[in-house]
Amino acid sequence: MRWWSRFGLWLSLAIVVGAALLPAISGSASTREAVFTVLVSVALASSLNMLLGYAGYVSFGHIVFFGLGGYIGFYAVSVLGWHLSAAVLAGAAASGLLALLLGMSILRLRGSYFALATIGINEAMKALATNLKAFGGSTGMEMHLRAYQPYGGAARALWITYWALCGVTVLAVVASFLVKRSRFGLALLTIREDEDAAAVLGVDATRAKTLAYVLSAVFPGAVGALYFFKSASIEPGGAFRLHFSIELLVMIMLGGQGTLLGPILGAVAYQKLRSALLTSAAFRDVQLVVAGVLLLAIVLFVPAGAVGWLRSRSRTLHRALE
Amino acid sequence: MIARLLPSLVDGVLIGVIYGLAAMGLTLIFGVMNVINLSHGSMIAMGMFGVYALFTGAGLNPFVGVAAVAALGLVAGVLVYAVAVHRVRNAPHLSGLLATFAVNMILMGLGTRFLSTNFRNVDFSLGSFALGPVTVTGTRLAACGCAALVTGLLYGFLYRTRAGKEIRAVANDRAAAELVGIRSTRVLALSFGLGTSLAAVAGGLIATLFPFTVLSGGTYELKSFVIVVLGGLGNPLGALIGGVLLGLVEGAVPIFLEASWVPVIEFALFVLVLLVRPQGLLGARR
Repeated sequence: MRWWSRFGLWLSLAIVVGAALLPAISGSASTREAVFTVLVSVALASSLNMLLGYAGYVSFGHIVFFGLGGYIGFYAVSVLGWHLSAAVLAGAAASGLLALLLGMSILRLRGSYFALATIGINEAMKALATNLKAFGGSTGMEMHLRAYQPYGGAARALWITYWALCGVTVLAVVASFLVKRSRFGLALLTIREDEDAAAVLGVDATRAKTLAYVLSAVFPGAVGALYFFKSASIEPGGAFRLHFSIELLVMIMLGGQGTLLGPILGAVAYQKLRSALLTSAAFRDVQLVVAGVLLLAIVLFVPAGAVGWLRSRSRTLHRALE
Repeated sequence: MIARLLPSLVDGVLIGVIYGLAAMGLTLIFGVMNVINLSHGSMIAMGMFGVYALFTGAGLNPFVGVAAVAALGLVAGVLVYAVAVHRVRNAPHLSGLLATFAVNMILMGLGTRFLSTNFRNVDFSLGSFALGPVTVTGTRLAACGCAALVTGLLYGFLYRTRAGKEIRAVANDRAAAELVGIRSTRVLALSFGLGTSLAAVAGGLIATLFPFTVLSGGTYELKSFVIVVLGGLGNPLGALIGGVLLGLVEGAVPIFLEASWVPVIEFALFVLVLLVRPQGLLGARR
């Protein structure tokens, strides 16, 4: 393998790591907060892309894994008193387990039926969390400041959470790359093109889809645990926010579904645009409208997304961009 | 127990017919062009505000205002089809979902910007009627009657008129319909318009019963999803029955559990039906 055969991976990692190092250079907490938001989106969009972009299954309620991981991680830290690292693993494991259980059943559904089912599952989990007293019911839970003591106080805990998120994001990107280049990834791409034909060719479609679903759920679970540890409170509406789920789809479409670089660029561009709109006086009130027009334009005119479009322009770009 | 159950069940059926009407709009569009219309909720909200504006602005009886809202809904639906849906009618289903969702974002954004998210209500009363232990409000009875009337009109249209028969032909097999000379683009646009109009009418009727905001459409959109899955996607009669079923669940559950458990049961039912009988409880033609 020549060095450029992995150029796409190095480029993607360079972008992620470059962004992650920004707050370390400036040392400012506000830069860190901004990059944190972007990295959350990058990690979630890259994970969702493994299911949506590679296998072609549209999970509209993917945020359910972020919310579940958040709730499990939060409970582990604030009630059970676990260490953050154990809580993150627990969040990831819980999301993976849910995806495994669901995957064995709802992945039988195709197309719009699957998309609807994922919305239903997210709403069901939200409603369940609202009703479970152990998890704080509709008002959710608050983290006591004491919980940050073992990490050297709240300020240091926030930095630790940040670096942990950077780690998870890099892992999600590397996993996306490895899956795409593997035999398993090829099986997923075949399923995307024609599931019946894939089955005839000897692809164990059920197993491949379930594995992709689990992989795409594990990272959001870990990110959720970190996110809500940092924000020190969690409630059902914030954890299972369907709107965020759909924003992830917008990011993936913007960058290019099924590509490695696409979800990363899409997430960065979307968050940049969003914060620019929110801070501009003229567009603050209509940021949703601008985002909607942008989405519509992409879906109608550039369905392959930015990276997909670039790749289709020349052979060099096709090879260079993953 | 029975004394408490009976009135809630009657209320549930009455509201269920209106839910069913909204779901019929969603299922009609899906049946004809295989697009799940994610702008459904904002169309419901538009219907609510249409009736509200006509009532507070012009003093129009809300049940007359609904007729104007139906016409506006039809026009809005044809416009949305032309702008957002036409280009993706043959694209993978993600495109249809995202295109209609983009329309939803635009309308919700405009709505929150210009109408605020304060609660509104249509302050209109028709008294109430008592029959034994059951008391129902006049508005609820009238809203349910309107919904039933619109359902009847829809069926008359689909089965008795040429345009309606063309819609059914395209739903059945678009390529074959084109081969016998049906102009499918017109039919698709009309179906999208009709589906939107049904959503707007349902929204307008709901506005006479409950307070609402710009964002209320989303709640009823989710109910429509549950209903179409219960009744079978693409099956209008199934949507009506699914609506009544959902109304009954909403009426009965709060008697036995806290009201906050209603969505848990609704969505659990939804996922269960998708898993066990994806063709819906009625076993639709698909």
